[in-house]
Amino acid sequence: MKRRELLVGAGALGLAACAAPPVLPGRAQVVVIGGGFGGATAARYVRLLSQQRVDVVMIEPQPRFVSCPGSNLVLAGTRRLEDLTLSYDALTGRHGITWVRDEASAIDTARKRVTLASGASIGYDKLVLSPGIELMFDEVQGLRQAHDDGRLLQAWKAGPETLALRRQLEAMPDGGVFAIAIPESPFRCPPGPYERASVVAAYFRRAKPRSKVLVLDANADVVSKPALFKAAWRELYPGMVEYRPQHKAIGVDAARGTVRIELQDDVRADVLNVLPPMRAGALAVNSGLANAVNRWCRVNFIDFGSTAAQDVHVLGDAIQIAPGMPKSAHMANAHAKVAAAAIVAQLSGVAVNAHPVLTNTCYSFVDDANAIHVASVHEYVAAESTFKPVAGAGGVSAQRNEAEAAYAAAWAQNIWADTLGLAPGT
Amino acid sequence: MTSLHFGTAAWLALALAGAARAQSTADALQLRSLAATCAACHGTDGRAVAGAAMPALQGRSRDELLAQLNALRDGSRPSTVMQQIARGYTPAQLAQLAAYFAAPAP
Repeated sequence: MKRRELLVGAGALGLAACAAPPVLPGRAQVVVIGGGFGGATAARYVRLLSQQRVDVVMIEPQPRFVSCPGSNLVLAGTRRLEDLTLSYDALTGRHGITWVRDEASAIDTARKRVTLASGASIGYDKLVLSPGIELMFDEVQGLRQAHDDGRLLQAWKAGPETLALRRQLEAMPDGGVFAIAIPESPFRCPPGPYERASVVAAYFRRAKPRSKVLVLDANADVVSKPALFKAAWRELYPGMVEYRPQHKAIGVDAARGTVRIELQDDVRADVLNVLPPMRAGALAVNSGLANAVNRWCRVNFIDFGSTAAQDVHVLGDAIQIAPGMPKSAHMANAHAKVAAAAIVAQLSGVAVNAHPVLTNTCYSFVDDANAIHVASVHEYVAAESTFKPVAGAGGVSAQRNEAEAAYAAAWAQNIWADTLGLAPGT
Repeated sequence: MTSLHFGTAAWLALALAGAARAQSTADALQLRSLAATCAACHGTDGRAVAGAAMPALQGRSRDELLAQLNALRDGSRPSTVMQQIARGYTPAQLAQLAAYFAAPAP
């Protein structure tokens, strides 16, 4: 306890950045694996809701938080990756969270210990696992090799690949073709591929207007906001964006620049962005927590506790979703707050909230100045032990508009601050 | 016998006080969790990032907040997102939210 208070003190004095890395405690009341929208929010809200009484260790190997929301605009050339890159300093300095910059490599749910890549281990009373997704490259023949070679980029986890894909788009000659292949639902960020197609088209319209965007969708229709995206393609980019439903990518040939499509002819493109099927992050799968078809993690929705292990709470894109629940940053942030409140209640010996509520709003840009949204509110239905969208609530934009582009930018600022514990006034 | 009786009563009183405390802790957690559903767009505890297009909620009058939420809910105040969100909450939840954000910051 003393060591933790000393660390908190150092953070409060602004010394965290130059202090030695925190010593890994032998155990913590709450260990959080993952510093994305789910994990960071959970760490922050366990501290907030326990009035700083519960100690939290967050394990995240990346030096900084990089937001996936907004990263399609980096591909379009209207935002910089630096604008989406934020510090974890407020979580350590303002909120007293111990951040261990290491990767969790194994979970022993019976002994309640997490082993790190460095070989150290830490015990927990409660574990929060927010591992994000793993891209299943091997589901598309040739894709892993093409990705390892740097020829076919995913850029579905924002970071260096986002910049590399931007460079491929910049290098593409006018009159070229950009093809994005979308896996069967569910996948991370349902509107994301369609937003990507839209804002890349906006870039082409500006910089190389004879080029084309080809959307190869394994699904029967656009998965999110279909009417709004299709109206944008038709009206903003006539002849430029082509949408092909029921086009499932099953192989790639990077040298020839082709995608093999199930039951269809091969498709050639100058820049290929083939998104493979996704599943829960590898640690969840390897720990036996991905107990829904070995792909997603089943949870008890009242507290996001794993159905496979005691005192393990799984959040965000990694879970087997409830009806109408998107795999989104906003939803991961919402999961985290329900789980954090339940964990604080359980550690305090009081009843867990019987009526948790989740909200979700996903904004998508359709060009540089216009955005659309999908929103929903989800209530816990005890009789069915799941969340359901509240009937009569939720919906999408009436039409694309400029006001929602401003809201999208403000949403990002506010959810980043909420997730990372940033001071609101600066 | 008397002392035993007294002991039981004292224990019961303590237990009841503990139960009341636990109930108030659970209620406070539930209220703060409900308010946290607004935070992704309007800032933690309703304190929005300076200059953001979405308004801060913290410290506004309860009556004004509730009137706005009801107007958004029934559509008399036009909105892009908020009508769709406000309809997801019961009138009782909206009243709780208005009271929470009007109260001094926790």
